[in-house]
Amino acid sequence: MNQLTGLLEAAFFSAPRPLSLGELRVLEPEASDEDLRRALDELRDFYDSGGRGVQLVELADGFQVLTRREYAEAIAEARIVHRPRKLSAAAIETLAIIAYRQPVGRAEIEEIRGVSADGVVRSLQDRGFIDVVGRGEGLGRPLLYGTTPYLLEMLGLKGLSELPRLDELSVALRPLADLPEG
Amino acid sequence: MTQPPLQSFPASADAQSALADAAFVVELESFSGPLDLLLHLIREQEIDIADIPIARIADQFLQVIEELGLNQAAEYLEMAARLLRIKIQMLLPRSADGDEWEDPRAELVRRLLEYEQIREVAQWLVERASDRAARFHRGWVPEPAERPPPEVVIDLDSILEAAERVVEGMPQPIIHRAVPRPLDVEGATRRIEALLVEHDRIDFRLIVGERAHVADIISALIAVLEMARLGMIALIQTRPFGSFTVANESADRTA
Repeated sequence: MNQLTGLLEAAFFSAPRPLSLGELRVLEPEASDEDLRRALDELRDFYDSGGRGVQLVELADGFQVLTRREYAEAIAEARIVHRPRKLSAAAIETLAIIAYRQPVGRAEIEEIRGVSADGVVRSLQDRGFIDVVGRGEGLGRPLLYGTTPYLLEMLGLKGLSELPRLDELSVALRPLADLPEG
Repeated sequence: MTQPPLQSFPASADAQSALADAAFVVELESFSGPLDLLLHLIREQEIDIADIPIARIADQFLQVIEELGLNQAAEYLEMAARLLRIKIQMLLPRSADGDEWEDPRAELVRRLLEYEQIREVAQWLVERASDRAARFHRGWVPEPAERPPPEVVIDLDSILEAAERVVEGMPQPIIHRAVPRPLDVEGATRRIEALLVEHDRIDFRLIVGERAHVADIISALIAVLEMARLGMIALIQTRPFGSFTVANESADRTA
């Protein structure tokens, strides 16, 4: 393992969150992006070969060392870590709407789900999954919400572009004209 | 001795059988909203979403929200009202040509499909979240406290010392001297007149004297200006902003 790879491993070990390429550049100003890429590849290969318990994962606009899925059960059973609290159906649906429609106000969320979104929006914001990203033009300049990098981190996504495209879903929205008459 | 029958809430025996007769199954789980319940009814009975038998679905919807005690929730009531309205609209006679007729169910269908799409994405998100939750990141370790503070030892001397420091540091009470008339122009006039008895000419600096209070200087200046105005004295200033000399104008006359 070369010096830079070792440095990256030490950085990942020190940080409890994903590290962006920008942060990794600061670690070793001499290193080019090409050097960093090579070192990241080397670290990934190192973890992927020889039955290591952790892996290098690219997520939330950065890189993070995570444990492997196959050990999750045993570690959780032994109460070494707590699994995160599961989100309610209402919370997940609201997140789905915000992820696709952002920036989006409460009224639109309520219209799609057909229920009040007050409590669920606040709780998602408290948990850091969404945040206020602006204000709408309408009456009372309503708050508009968007997803946070922390949500991507919690979903293990590199970016919002990894969300399924709407036309890939089994329920594709058909134009109203296609509805049979009568 | 007979016990009163236990009330089973929310679904009574009658309601259970009514639900069974209706040939659809509703589990006593909480629905995340009226659209969720509506979709459940439609999917459960394998109804074509593009051709919803609105009268049947409306009746079932009303029945379920009553049985589940959801008929208190405004959102469910609003949907119930909407369904009934569509049901009525469906019964209205259509115009003969049929061109202008718009399916009153269209908006509902659009909302249901949109909601179903969100549900599908939500399911995808749940899978992603649970996959991520099965991979742990390094735990967050709180920063250690700098160092435990030393035990507090109190002795009388240090308390007194501290008290003394506090008392010393307290600002002295500021007492303002109340001066009813800080300017004493009359006094200054009398003093200048007295001085002019001895001197024909006198420098203004000598009139006010050294370390004069600002009020005394102003009093003297006003007195001088007033006396000059009355023609009792002349003021001679040799250069701008320099001091000036007060000359007795009445000296000749009085002398």
